Amino acid sequence: MRIRTLNRKILNHYNTIIMVVTLALVILTPVVMFISIALKSSLLLGSLPIVKIFFSSAWEPSKGNFGFLPFILSSVFITILAIIIAGPICIFSALYLTQYARPRLVRIMQPVIDILAGIPSVVYGVWGILIIVPFIANTIAPNFGLQTTGYTLITGSIVLAVMIIPFILNILIEIINTVPFELTEATLSLGATKWEVIKHVIIRKAKPGIISAFGLGISRAFGETIAVLMVAGNVAKIPNGLFDPAYPLPALIANNYGEMMSIPLYDSALMMAALILFISILLFNFLSRVSIYRLEKKL
Amino acid sequence: MMKNQRRKTEEKIFIQIMRIACGIIILVMGLIILTILKKGIPALNWKILTSVPKGGFYFGGEGGILNAIIGSLYLALGATLIAFVISTPTSLFLNVHLKKHFRMQNAIRLFIDVLWGVPSVVYGAFAFSVMIYFGLRASLLAGILTVSVFISPIMIRSMDETLKTVPLNLYEAAMSLGSTKFEIAYKIFFKKGIPGIATAILLSFGRAIGDAASVLFTTGFTDNIPKSLTQPAATLPLSIFFQLSSPIPEVQERAYAAAVVLTIIILLISITGRTISQKFMKNDIK
Repeated sequence: MRIRTLNRKILNHYNTIIMVVTLALVILTPVVMFISIALKSSLLLGSLPIVKIFFSSAWEPSKGNFGFLPFILSSVFITILAIIIAGPICIFSALYLTQYARPRLVRIMQPVIDILAGIPSVVYGVWGILIIVPFIANTIAPNFGLQTTGYTLITGSIVLAVMIIPFILNILIEIINTVPFELTEATLSLGATKWEVIKHVIIRKAKPGIISAFGLGISRAFGETIAVLMVAGNVAKIPNGLFDPAYPLPALIANNYGEMMSIPLYDSALMMAALILFISILLFNFLSRVSIYRLEKKL
Repeated sequence: MMKNQRRKTEEKIFIQIMRIACGIIILVMGLIILTILKKGIPALNWKILTSVPKGGFYFGGEGGILNAIIGSLYLALGATLIAFVISTPTSLFLNVHLKKHFRMQNAIRLFIDVLWGVPSVVYGAFAFSVMIYFGLRASLLAGILTVSVFISPIMIRSMDETLKTVPLNLYEAAMSLGSTKFEIAYKIFFKKGIPGIATAILLSFGRAIGDAASVLFTTGFTDNIPKSLTQPAATLPLSIFFQLSSPIPEVQERAYAAAVVLTIIILLISITGRTISQKFMKNDIK
Protein backbone atom coordinates (compact mmCIF):
# COMPACT_ATOMS: atom_id res chain seq x y z
CA MET A 1 0.00 0.00 0.00
CA ARG A 2 2.69 2.42 0.96
CA ILE A 3 4.69 1.54 -2.15
CA ARG A 4 1.68 2.20 -4.30
CA THR A 5 1.20 5.61 -2.78
CA LEU A 6 4.87 6.32 -3.31
CA ASN A 7 4.61 5.27 -6.94
CA ARG A 8 1.66 7.52 -7.42
CA LYS A 9 3.56 10.41 -5.89
CA ILE A 10 6.58 9.81 -8.11
CA LEU A 11 4.37 9.56 -11.19
CA ASN A 12 2.67 12.78 -10.19
CA HIS A 13 6.02 14.47 -9.71
CA TYR A 14 7.38 13.47 -13.13
CA ASN A 15 4.13 14.37 -14.79
CA THR A 16 4.28 17.86 -13.33
CA ILE A 17 7.79 18.25 -14.69
CA ILE A 18 6.66 17.14 -18.16
CA MET A 19 3.76 19.57 -18.07
CA VAL A 20 5.96 22.48 -17.05
CA VAL A 21 8.41 21.60 -19.81
CA THR A 22 5.73 21.51 -22.52
CA LEU A 23 4.29 24.78 -21.28
CA ALA A 24 7.75 26.34 -21.33
CA LEU A 25 8.25 25.03 -24.86
CA VAL A 26 4.98 26.57 -26.00
CA ILE A 27 5.88 29.91 -24.47
CA LEU A 28 9.56 30.04 -25.37
CA THR A 29 9.40 28.96 -29.03
CA PRO A 30 7.66 32.12 -30.21
CA VAL A 31 9.93 34.26 -28.05
CA VAL A 32 13.00 32.66 -29.64
CA MET A 33 11.38 33.09 -33.02
CA PHE A 34 10.74 36.76 -32.42
CA ILE A 35 14.28 37.43 -31.19
CA SER A 36 15.92 35.63 -34.08
CA ILE A 37 13.76 37.35 -36.67
CA ALA A 38 14.57 40.69 -35.04
CA LEU A 39 18.29 39.88 -34.99
CA LYS A 40 18.28 38.87 -38.63
CA SER A 41 16.50 42.00 -39.74
CA SER A 42 18.87 44.19 -37.74
CA LEU A 43 21.41 43.76 -40.56
CA LEU A 44 19.18 45.75 -42.88
CA LEU A 45 18.36 48.31 -40.20
CA GLY A 46 22.07 48.81 -39.65
CA SER A 47 22.98 49.31 -43.29
CA LEU A 48 20.15 51.51 -44.53
CA PRO A 49 18.59 54.57 -42.89
CA ILE A 50 15.16 53.84 -41.46
CA VAL A 51 13.53 56.55 -43.56
CA LYS A 52 14.75 54.80 -46.69
CA ILE A 53 13.39 51.46 -45.56
CA PHE A 54 9.91 52.59 -44.59
CA PHE A 55 9.26 55.59 -46.80
CA SER A 56 10.92 54.70 -50.06
CA SER A 57 9.24 52.80 -52.82
CA ALA A 58 12.42 51.74 -54.61
CA TRP A 59 12.60 47.95 -54.37
CA GLU A 60 15.75 46.86 -56.22
CA PRO A 61 17.38 44.06 -54.24
CA SER A 62 20.28 43.69 -56.70
CA LYS A 63 21.20 47.36 -56.22
CA GLY A 64 20.74 47.22 -52.47
CA ASN A 65 17.58 49.32 -52.39
CA PHE A 66 14.94 47.98 -50.07
CA GLY A 67 11.99 50.36 -49.86
CA PHE A 68 9.07 48.72 -48.11
CA LEU A 69 6.48 51.40 -48.81
CA PRO A 70 4.71 49.61 -51.72
CA PHE A 71 4.34 46.44 -49.69
CA ILE A 72 3.24 48.11 -46.49
CA LEU A 73 0.69 50.24 -48.34
CA SER A 74 -0.54 47.24 -50.33
CA SER A 75 -1.07 45.30 -47.13
CA VAL A 76 -2.82 48.21 -45.44
CA PHE A 77 -5.10 48.99 -48.40
CA ILE A 78 -6.07 45.36 -48.98
CA THR A 79 -6.80 44.85 -45.30
CA ILE A 80 -8.86 48.02 -44.91
CA LEU A 81 -10.90 47.22 -48.00
CA ALA A 82 -11.48 43.66 -46.87
CA ILE A 83 -12.74 44.91 -43.51
CA ILE A 84 -14.99 47.46 -45.20
CA ILE A 85 -16.53 44.68 -47.30
CA ALA A 86 -16.75 42.06 -44.57
CA GLY A 87 -17.73 44.38 -41.70
CA PRO A 88 -21.37 45.17 -42.47
CA ILE A 89 -22.08 41.59 -43.56
CA CYS A 90 -20.65 40.29 -40.29
CA ILE A 91 -22.45 42.75 -38.02
CA PHE A 92 -25.84 42.38 -39.65
CA SER A 93 -25.75 38.62 -39.82
CA ALA A 94 -24.43 38.32 -36.26
CA LEU A 95 -27.31 40.49 -35.03
CA TYR A 96 -29.84 38.53 -37.03
CA LEU A 97 -28.52 35.17 -35.86
CA THR A 98 -28.49 36.17 -32.20
CA GLN A 99 -31.70 38.25 -32.06
CA TYR A 100 -34.17 37.26 -34.75
CA ALA A 101 -33.29 34.01 -36.42
CA ARG A 102 -35.29 30.85 -35.86
CA PRO A 103 -33.33 27.88 -34.50
CA ARG A 104 -33.53 26.27 -37.93
CA LEU A 105 -31.57 29.06 -39.60
CA VAL A 106 -28.99 28.97 -36.82
CA ARG A 107 -28.62 25.25 -37.40
CA ILE A 108 -28.00 25.91 -41.08
CA MET A 109 -25.62 28.79 -40.50
CA GLN A 110 -23.38 27.00 -38.01
CA PRO A 111 -22.00 24.44 -40.48
CA VAL A 112 -21.82 27.13 -43.16
CA ILE A 113 -19.59 29.26 -40.95
CA ASP A 114 -17.57 26.17 -39.97
CA ILE A 115 -16.96 25.19 -43.57
CA LEU A 116 -16.03 28.73 -44.61
CA ALA A 117 -13.58 28.85 -41.71
CA GLY A 118 -12.12 25.50 -42.66
CA ILE A 119 -11.61 25.97 -46.39
CA PRO A 120 -7.85 26.24 -46.96
CA SER A 121 -6.34 29.47 -48.16
CA VAL A 122 -5.17 27.95 -51.41
CA VAL A 123 -8.71 26.82 -52.29
CA TYR A 124 -9.92 30.39 -51.73
CA GLY A 125 -7.15 31.38 -54.12
CA VAL A 126 -8.39 28.93 -56.76
CA TRP A 127 -11.92 30.25 -56.33
CA GLY A 128 -10.65 33.81 -56.61
CA ILE A 129 -8.88 33.03 -59.87
CA LEU A 130 -11.88 31.21 -61.31
CA ILE A 131 -14.62 33.64 -60.28
CA ILE A 132 -13.46 36.98 -58.91
CA VAL A 133 -10.57 37.65 -61.30
CA PRO A 134 -12.69 37.28 -64.49
CA PHE A 135 -15.56 39.13 -62.79
CA ILE A 136 -13.32 42.12 -62.10
CA ALA A 137 -11.61 42.00 -65.50
CA ASN A 138 -14.72 41.49 -67.65
CA THR A 139 -17.58 43.05 -65.71
CA ILE A 140 -16.51 45.58 -63.12
CA ALA A 141 -13.44 47.24 -64.59
CA PRO A 142 -14.96 47.90 -68.06
CA ASN A 143 -17.78 49.76 -66.30
CA PHE A 144 -15.19 52.25 -65.15
CA GLY A 145 -13.62 52.29 -68.59
CA LEU A 146 -10.55 50.48 -67.36
CA GLN A 147 -8.65 47.52 -68.66
CA THR A 148 -7.07 45.13 -66.20
CA THR A 149 -6.00 41.53 -65.98
CA GLY A 150 -8.29 41.12 -62.99
CA TYR A 151 -5.36 40.51 -60.65
CA THR A 152 -5.83 43.65 -58.59
CA LEU A 153 -6.07 45.20 -55.16
CA ILE A 154 -9.86 44.90 -55.12
CA THR A 155 -9.71 41.22 -56.17
CA GLY A 156 -7.42 40.49 -53.25
CA SER A 157 -9.70 42.37 -50.87
CA ILE A 158 -12.84 40.55 -51.97
CA VAL A 159 -11.24 37.12 -51.55
CA LEU A 160 -9.78 38.21 -48.22
CA ALA A 161 -13.14 39.56 -47.06
CA VAL A 162 -14.78 36.19 -47.66
CA MET A 163 -11.97 34.49 -45.76
CA ILE A 164 -12.27 36.65 -42.64
CA ILE A 165 -16.08 36.67 -42.50
CA PRO A 166 -16.41 33.36 -40.59
CA PHE A 167 -13.64 34.40 -38.22
CA ILE A 168 -15.12 37.79 -37.31
CA LEU A 169 -18.68 36.46 -37.30
CA ASN A 170 -17.89 33.76 -34.75
CA ILE A 171 -16.36 36.28 -32.35
CA LEU A 172 -19.20 38.76 -32.87
CA ILE A 173 -21.83 36.12 -32.07
CA GLU A 174 -19.95 35.20 -28.91
CA ILE A 175 -19.68 38.84 -27.87
CA ILE A 176 -23.29 39.77 -28.57
CA ASN A 177 -24.36 36.75 -26.53
CA THR A 178 -22.54 38.14 -23.50
CA VAL A 179 -24.95 41.10 -23.32
CA PRO A 180 -27.24 40.19 -20.42
CA PHE A 181 -30.73 39.14 -21.36
CA GLU A 182 -32.28 41.19 -18.52
CA LEU A 183 -31.03 44.34 -20.15
CA THR A 184 -32.67 43.69 -23.51
CA GLU A 185 -35.80 42.41 -21.80
CA ALA A 186 -36.13 45.55 -19.71
CA THR A 187 -35.87 47.73 -22.80
CA LEU A 188 -38.40 45.62 -24.67
CA SER A 189 -40.86 45.94 -21.80
CA LEU A 190 -40.64 49.73 -22.11
CA GLY A 191 -42.13 49.39 -25.56
CA ALA A 192 -39.05 49.49 -27.70
CA THR A 193 -38.93 47.49 -30.91
CA LYS A 194 -36.31 44.79 -31.15
CA TRP A 195 -34.35 46.89 -33.58
CA GLU A 196 -34.29 49.76 -31.08
CA VAL A 197 -33.00 47.35 -28.46
CA ILE A 198 -30.23 46.39 -30.84
CA LYS A 199 -29.42 50.00 -31.67
CA HIS A 200 -29.52 51.46 -28.18
CA VAL A 201 -28.62 48.55 -25.91
CA ILE A 202 -26.82 45.72 -27.61
CA ILE A 203 -24.55 47.71 -29.90
CA ARG A 204 -23.75 50.19 -27.17
CA LYS A 205 -22.99 47.47 -24.62
CA ALA A 206 -21.00 45.31 -27.00
CA LYS A 207 -19.15 48.16 -28.69
CA PRO A 208 -15.67 47.43 -27.30
CA GLY A 209 -16.17 43.77 -28.19
CA ILE A 210 -17.27 44.58 -31.71
CA ILE A 211 -14.23 46.78 -32.22
CA SER A 212 -12.01 44.01 -30.88
CA ALA A 213 -13.57 41.46 -33.20
CA PHE A 214 -12.61 43.71 -36.09
CA GLY A 215 -9.14 44.14 -34.63
CA LEU A 216 -8.69 40.38 -34.69
CA GLY A 217 -10.08 40.31 -38.21
CA ILE A 218 -7.56 42.95 -39.27
CA SER A 219 -4.65 40.94 -37.95
CA ARG A 220 -6.01 37.83 -39.66
CA ALA A 221 -6.29 39.67 -42.95
CA PHE A 222 -2.90 41.30 -42.58
CA GLY A 223 -1.11 37.97 -42.37
CA GLU A 224 -3.04 36.02 -44.96
CA THR A 225 -0.61 34.79 -47.57
CA ILE A 226 -1.35 32.30 -50.29
CA ALA A 227 -4.85 33.32 -51.37
CA VAL A 228 -3.89 36.98 -51.65
CA LEU A 229 -0.65 36.10 -53.38
CA MET A 230 -2.61 34.19 -56.00
CA VAL A 231 -5.03 36.98 -56.91
CA ALA A 232 -3.51 40.36 -56.04
CA GLY A 233 -1.11 40.70 -58.97
CA ASN A 234 2.19 41.16 -57.12
CA VAL A 235 3.75 44.21 -58.72
CA ALA A 236 6.17 46.08 -56.47
CA LYS A 237 4.62 49.51 -56.98
CA ILE A 238 2.35 51.59 -54.80
CA PRO A 239 -1.18 50.78 -56.00
CA ASN A 240 -2.85 53.90 -57.41
CA GLY A 241 -6.39 52.67 -57.39
CA LEU A 242 -8.66 49.73 -56.77
CA PHE A 243 -7.82 48.23 -60.12
CA ASP A 244 -4.06 48.37 -59.73
CA PRO A 245 -2.11 45.27 -58.78
CA ALA A 246 -0.95 45.10 -55.16
CA TYR A 247 1.92 43.28 -53.47
CA PRO A 248 1.33 42.72 -49.74
CA LEU A 249 4.06 41.81 -47.25
CA PRO A 250 3.22 38.11 -46.77
CA ALA A 251 3.23 37.61 -50.54
CA LEU A 252 6.63 39.29 -50.72
CA ILE A 253 8.05 36.78 -48.26
CA ALA A 254 6.39 33.77 -49.86
CA ASN A 255 7.45 34.73 -53.37
CA ASN A 256 11.08 35.48 -52.70
CA TYR A 257 12.21 33.60 -49.64
CA GLY A 258 14.29 30.64 -50.65
CA GLU A 259 15.99 32.31 -53.60
CA MET A 260 17.53 35.28 -51.82
CA MET A 261 20.47 33.36 -50.41
CA SER A 262 23.10 34.98 -52.62
CA ILE A 263 22.47 38.46 -51.19
CA PRO A 264 22.68 38.61 -47.38
CA LEU A 265 20.94 41.97 -47.26
CA TYR A 266 18.01 40.53 -49.23
CA ASP A 267 17.65 37.77 -46.67
CA SER A 268 17.64 40.38 -43.93
CA ALA A 269 15.09 42.47 -45.82
CA LEU A 270 12.64 39.59 -46.06
CA MET A 271 13.11 38.94 -42.35
CA MET A 272 12.34 42.61 -41.87
CA ALA A 273 9.07 42.04 -43.71
CA ALA A 274 8.34 39.12 -41.38
CA LEU A 275 9.16 41.32 -38.40
CA ILE A 276 6.80 44.08 -39.52
CA LEU A 277 4.03 41.49 -39.91
CA PHE A 278 4.85 39.88 -36.58
CA ILE A 279 4.87 43.11 -34.58
CA SER A 280 1.77 44.64 -36.12
CA ILE A 281 -0.23 41.43 -35.74
CA LEU A 282 0.88 40.92 -32.14
CA LEU A 283 -0.09 44.49 -31.36
CA PHE A 284 -3.55 44.25 -32.91
CA ASN A 285 -4.19 40.86 -31.33
CA PHE A 286 -3.02 41.98 -27.93
CA LEU A 287 -5.16 45.12 -27.81
CA SER A 288 -8.24 43.30 -29.09
CA ARG A 289 -7.87 40.33 -26.78
CA VAL A 290 -7.29 42.45 -23.69
CA SER A 291 -10.43 44.42 -24.40
CA ILE A 292 -12.45 41.22 -24.98
CA TYR A 293 -11.18 39.79 -21.68
CA ARG A 294 -12.20 42.96 -19.88
CA LEU A 295 -15.63 42.89 -21.46
CA GLU A 296 -16.26 39.28 -20.53
CA LYS A 297 -15.15 39.88 -16.98
CA LYS A 298 -17.36 42.93 -16.57
CA LEU A 299 -20.54 41.31 -17.85
CA MET B 1 -48.92 57.33 -34.30
CA MET B 2 -46.81 58.43 -37.25
CA LYS B 3 -43.73 57.95 -35.18
CA ASN B 4 -44.74 54.43 -34.31
CA GLN B 5 -45.22 53.67 -37.96
CA ARG B 6 -41.76 54.97 -38.76
CA ARG B 7 -40.21 52.85 -36.02
CA LYS B 8 -41.86 49.73 -37.34
CA THR B 9 -40.79 50.48 -40.91
CA GLU B 10 -37.23 51.09 -39.81
CA GLU B 11 -37.15 47.72 -38.10
CA LYS B 12 -38.60 46.01 -41.16
CA ILE B 13 -35.98 47.53 -43.42
CA PHE B 14 -33.15 46.48 -41.15
CA ILE B 15 -34.51 42.96 -40.79
CA GLN B 16 -34.37 42.68 -44.56
CA ILE B 17 -30.79 43.97 -44.59
CA MET B 18 -29.81 41.43 -41.93
CA ARG B 19 -31.47 38.64 -43.87
CA ILE B 20 -29.58 39.68 -46.97
CA ALA B 21 -26.31 39.59 -45.02
CA CYS B 22 -27.01 36.02 -43.89
CA GLY B 23 -28.06 35.12 -47.41
CA ILE B 24 -24.81 36.47 -48.84
CA ILE B 25 -22.79 34.27 -46.54
CA ILE B 26 -24.72 31.12 -47.43
CA LEU B 27 -24.60 32.04 -51.09
CA VAL B 28 -20.86 32.64 -51.11
CA MET B 29 -20.16 29.33 -49.41
CA GLY B 30 -22.36 27.56 -51.93
CA LEU B 31 -20.67 29.39 -54.78
CA ILE B 32 -17.19 28.41 -53.57
CA ILE B 33 -18.02 24.73 -53.09
CA LEU B 34 -19.90 24.58 -56.40
CA THR B 35 -17.12 26.29 -58.33
CA ILE B 36 -14.49 23.96 -56.97
CA LEU B 37 -16.60 20.85 -57.58
CA LYS B 38 -17.73 21.93 -61.04
CA LYS B 39 -14.20 22.65 -62.22
CA GLY B 40 -12.54 19.79 -60.43
CA ILE B 41 -14.82 16.78 -60.78
CA PRO B 42 -14.43 16.51 -64.58
CA ALA B 43 -10.65 16.49 -64.12
CA LEU B 44 -10.83 13.87 -61.40
CA ASN B 45 -10.26 10.21 -62.21
CA TRP B 46 -8.69 7.14 -60.68
CA LYS B 47 -5.43 7.61 -62.51
CA ILE B 48 -4.90 11.05 -61.02
CA LEU B 49 -5.68 9.82 -57.55
CA THR B 50 -3.58 6.68 -57.64
CA SER B 51 -0.39 7.49 -59.55
CA VAL B 52 2.60 9.72 -58.99
CA PRO B 53 3.73 12.23 -61.63
CA LYS B 54 5.56 10.65 -64.55
CA GLY B 55 8.09 12.45 -66.77
CA GLY B 56 6.84 15.76 -68.11
CA PHE B 57 3.83 15.72 -65.78
CA TYR B 58 3.97 19.42 -65.27
CA PHE B 59 3.91 19.96 -69.01
CA GLY B 60 0.79 17.88 -69.48
CA GLY B 61 2.37 14.40 -69.34
CA GLU B 62 1.06 11.28 -67.67
CA GLY B 63 0.66 10.75 -63.97
CA GLY B 64 -1.32 11.91 -60.96
CA ILE B 65 -1.19 13.65 -57.62
CA LEU B 66 -0.78 10.65 -55.32
CA ASN B 67 2.55 12.07 -54.13
CA ALA B 68 0.80 15.21 -52.88
CA ILE B 69 -2.10 13.34 -51.27
CA ILE B 70 0.17 10.97 -49.35
CA GLY B 71 2.64 13.75 -48.54
CA SER B 72 -0.11 15.94 -47.14
CA LEU B 73 -1.54 13.13 -45.04
CA TYR B 74 1.89 12.27 -43.62
CA LEU B 75 2.58 15.90 -42.89
CA ALA B 76 -0.75 16.62 -41.25
CA LEU B 77 -0.78 13.37 -39.24
CA GLY B 78 2.77 13.91 -38.01
CA ALA B 79 2.21 17.54 -37.11
CA THR B 80 -1.09 16.81 -35.38
CA LEU B 81 0.53 14.01 -33.38
CA ILE B 82 3.38 16.22 -32.17
CA ALA B 83 1.00 19.07 -31.43
CA PHE B 84 -1.18 16.65 -29.46
CA VAL B 85 1.77 15.44 -27.40
CA ILE B 86 2.63 19.05 -26.56
CA SER B 87 -0.88 20.44 -26.20
CA THR B 88 -2.43 17.82 -23.93
CA PRO B 89 -0.08 18.28 -20.95
CA THR B 90 -0.04 22.03 -21.46
CA SER B 91 -3.80 22.46 -21.49
CA LEU B 92 -4.25 20.01 -18.59
CA PHE B 93 -1.61 21.88 -16.58
CA LEU B 94 -3.43 25.10 -17.29
CA ASN B 95 -6.73 23.71 -16.04
CA VAL B 96 -5.70 21.40 -13.22
CA HIS B 97 -2.46 22.61 -11.70
CA LEU B 98 -3.23 26.27 -12.22
CA LYS B 99 -6.88 25.90 -11.25
CA LYS B 100 -6.52 28.34 -8.36
CA HIS B 101 -4.03 30.71 -10.00
CA PHE B 102 -6.35 32.90 -12.01
CA ARG B 103 -3.84 35.57 -12.91
CA MET B 104 -1.37 33.04 -14.23
CA GLN B 105 -4.10 31.23 -16.14
CA ASN B 106 -5.33 34.41 -17.77
CA ALA B 107 -1.83 35.53 -18.65
CA ILE B 108 -1.05 32.24 -20.38
CA ARG B 109 -4.37 32.23 -22.19
CA LEU B 110 -3.79 35.77 -23.38
CA PHE B 111 -0.29 34.86 -24.58
CA ILE B 112 -1.55 31.89 -26.57
CA ASP B 113 -4.49 33.85 -27.98
CA VAL B 114 -2.18 36.57 -29.16
CA LEU B 115 0.04 33.96 -30.80
CA TRP B 116 -2.90 32.42 -32.59
CA GLY B 117 -2.86 35.18 -35.16
CA VAL B 118 0.80 35.01 -36.18
CA PRO B 119 0.69 34.11 -39.87
CA SER B 120 2.06 30.78 -41.00
CA VAL B 121 4.40 32.42 -43.48
CA VAL B 122 6.33 33.89 -40.55
CA TYR B 123 6.71 30.43 -39.01
CA GLY B 124 7.78 29.10 -42.40
CA ALA B 125 10.37 31.80 -42.97
CA PHE B 126 11.75 31.40 -39.45
CA ALA B 127 11.99 27.61 -39.78
CA PHE B 128 13.73 27.98 -43.12
CA SER B 129 16.33 30.33 -41.70
CA VAL B 130 16.97 27.86 -38.86
CA MET B 131 17.39 25.08 -41.40
CA ILE B 132 19.89 27.11 -43.38
CA TYR B 133 21.80 27.90 -40.22
CA PHE B 134 22.21 24.20 -39.49
CA GLY B 135 22.71 23.30 -43.14
CA LEU B 136 19.55 21.19 -43.37
CA ARG B 137 17.63 20.57 -46.55
CA ALA B 138 13.88 20.71 -46.98
CA SER B 139 12.34 17.54 -45.59
CA LEU B 140 9.13 16.00 -44.34
CA LEU B 141 10.44 16.23 -40.77
CA ALA B 142 11.18 19.94 -41.05
CA GLY B 143 7.68 20.49 -42.40
CA ILE B 144 6.09 18.44 -39.63
CA LEU B 145 7.97 20.36 -36.94
CA THR B 146 7.13 23.76 -38.44
CA VAL B 147 3.46 22.96 -38.84
CA SER B 148 3.24 21.47 -35.34
CA VAL B 149 4.66 24.67 -33.84
CA PHE B 150 2.11 26.70 -35.73
CA ILE B 151 -0.94 24.54 -34.89
CA SER B 152 -0.07 24.01 -31.22
CA PRO B 153 -1.55 27.31 -29.99
CA ILE B 154 -4.75 26.49 -31.89
CA MET B 155 -4.97 23.02 -30.36
CA ILE B 156 -4.13 24.17 -26.83
CA ARG B 157 -6.74 26.91 -26.83
CA SER B 158 -9.50 24.72 -28.21
CA MET B 159 -8.69 21.92 -25.72
CA ASP B 160 -8.60 24.57 -23.03
CA GLU B 161 -12.09 25.78 -23.98
CA THR B 162 -13.51 22.32 -23.20
CA LEU B 163 -11.42 21.64 -20.10
CA LYS B 164 -12.55 24.98 -18.72
CA THR B 165 -16.09 23.65 -18.50
CA VAL B 166 -15.22 20.74 -16.20
CA PRO B 167 -16.97 21.67 -12.94
CA LEU B 168 -14.90 22.80 -9.97
CA ASN B 169 -16.80 20.37 -7.70
CA LEU B 170 -15.37 17.43 -9.56
CA TYR B 171 -11.86 18.72 -8.96
CA GLU B 172 -12.50 19.33 -5.30
CA ALA B 173 -14.20 15.98 -4.75
CA ALA B 174 -11.26 14.15 -6.33
CA MET B 175 -8.82 16.21 -4.29
CA SER B 176 -10.61 15.36 -1.05
CA LEU B 177 -10.44 11.65 -1.90
CA GLY B 178 -6.67 11.98 -2.02
CA SER B 179 -6.10 11.90 -5.79
CA THR B 180 -2.86 13.30 -7.08
CA LYS B 181 -3.03 16.09 -9.65
CA PHE B 182 -1.75 13.67 -12.26
CA GLU B 183 -4.74 11.43 -11.66
CA ILE B 184 -7.17 14.32 -11.68
CA ALA B 185 -5.68 15.58 -14.92
CA TYR B 186 -5.74 12.36 -16.91
CA LYS B 187 -8.47 10.32 -15.25
CA ILE B 188 -11.03 13.07 -14.81
CA PHE B 189 -10.31 16.15 -16.91
CA PHE B 190 -8.98 14.31 -19.93
CA LYS B 191 -11.81 11.76 -19.89
CA LYS B 192 -14.45 14.42 -19.42
CA GLY B 193 -13.01 16.47 -22.22
CA ILE B 194 -12.61 13.71 -24.82
CA PRO B 195 -15.28 14.97 -27.25
CA GLY B 196 -13.89 18.49 -27.13
CA ILE B 197 -10.35 17.21 -27.43
CA ALA B 198 -11.35 15.17 -30.47
CA THR B 199 -12.79 18.30 -32.08
CA ALA B 200 -9.62 20.21 -31.22
CA ILE B 201 -7.54 17.52 -32.94
CA LEU B 202 -9.74 17.60 -36.03
CA LEU B 203 -9.59 21.39 -36.19
CA SER B 204 -5.80 21.35 -35.99
CA PHE B 205 -5.56 18.57 -38.54
CA GLY B 206 -7.62 20.66 -40.93
CA ARG B 207 -5.31 23.63 -40.37
CA ALA B 208 -2.26 21.45 -40.89
CA ILE B 209 -3.41 19.88 -44.13
CA GLY B 210 -4.63 23.12 -45.65
CA ASP B 211 -1.75 25.43 -44.94
CA ALA B 212 0.60 26.27 -47.76
CA ALA B 213 2.75 29.12 -46.52
CA SER B 214 4.46 27.21 -43.72
CA VAL B 215 5.45 24.25 -45.88
CA LEU B 216 6.52 26.33 -48.85
CA PHE B 217 10.16 26.49 -47.79
CA THR B 218 10.36 23.69 -45.26
CA THR B 219 8.91 20.60 -46.88
CA GLY B 220 10.07 21.15 -50.44
CA PHE B 221 8.36 19.47 -53.35
CA THR B 222 8.99 16.15 -55.03
CA ASP B 223 7.40 13.71 -57.47
CA ASN B 224 7.99 10.75 -55.17
CA ILE B 225 6.19 9.54 -52.11
CA PRO B 226 8.57 10.19 -49.20
CA LYS B 227 10.05 7.01 -47.74
CA SER B 228 11.67 8.59 -44.72
CA LEU B 229 11.37 11.71 -42.63
CA THR B 230 14.51 13.21 -44.11
CA GLN B 231 13.19 13.23 -47.67
CA PRO B 232 11.26 16.16 -49.09
CA ALA B 233 7.53 15.70 -49.56
CA ALA B 234 4.87 17.13 -51.85
CA THR B 235 1.72 18.59 -50.33
CA LEU B 236 -1.74 19.21 -51.77
CA PRO B 237 -1.83 23.00 -51.25
CA LEU B 238 1.52 23.44 -52.95
CA SER B 239 0.58 21.01 -55.68
CA ILE B 240 -2.49 23.16 -56.38
CA PHE B 241 -0.48 26.35 -56.18
CA PHE B 242 2.32 25.22 -58.53
CA GLN B 243 0.13 23.55 -61.11
CA LEU B 244 -2.27 26.45 -61.26
CA SER B 245 0.51 28.83 -62.20
CA SER B 246 1.32 26.71 -65.24
CA PRO B 247 0.24 28.17 -68.57
CA ILE B 248 -0.84 24.74 -69.88
CA PRO B 249 -4.61 24.17 -69.47
CA GLU B 250 -4.29 20.42 -68.76
CA VAL B 251 -1.94 21.07 -65.90
CA GLN B 252 -4.35 23.66 -64.52
CA GLU B 253 -7.14 21.08 -64.69
CA ARG B 254 -5.15 18.89 -62.37
CA ALA B 255 -4.82 21.76 -59.92
CA TYR B 256 -8.63 21.86 -59.87
CA ALA B 257 -8.73 18.11 -59.26
CA ALA B 258 -6.30 18.51 -56.35
CA ALA B 259 -8.43 21.37 -55.00
CA VAL B 260 -11.47 19.07 -54.98
CA VAL B 261 -9.52 16.42 -53.06
CA LEU B 262 -8.41 18.99 -50.48
CA THR B 263 -11.89 20.49 -50.18
CA ILE B 264 -13.47 17.06 -49.69
CA ILE B 265 -10.96 16.25 -46.95
CA ILE B 266 -11.83 19.53 -45.20
CA LEU B 267 -15.57 18.91 -45.58
CA LEU B 268 -15.20 15.44 -44.10
CA ILE B 269 -13.28 16.86 -41.15
CA SER B 270 -15.92 19.51 -40.59
CA ILE B 271 -18.79 16.97 -40.73
CA THR B 272 -17.00 14.55 -38.38
CA GLY B 273 -16.31 17.34 -35.90
CA ARG B 274 -19.92 18.44 -35.93
CA THR B 275 -21.19 14.87 -35.48
CA ILE B 276 -18.88 14.30 -32.52
CA SER B 277 -19.88 17.48 -30.74
CA GLN B 278 -23.58 16.93 -31.35
CA LYS B 279 -23.51 13.33 -30.21
CA PHE B 280 -21.89 14.24 -26.93
CA MET B 281 -23.82 17.43 -26.41
CA LYS B 282 -26.97 15.35 -25.92
CA ASN B 283 -25.58 13.67 -22.83
CA ASP B 284 -24.17 16.85 -21.48
CA ILE B 285 -26.17 18.41 -18.68
CA LYS B 286 -25.38 22.04 -18.33
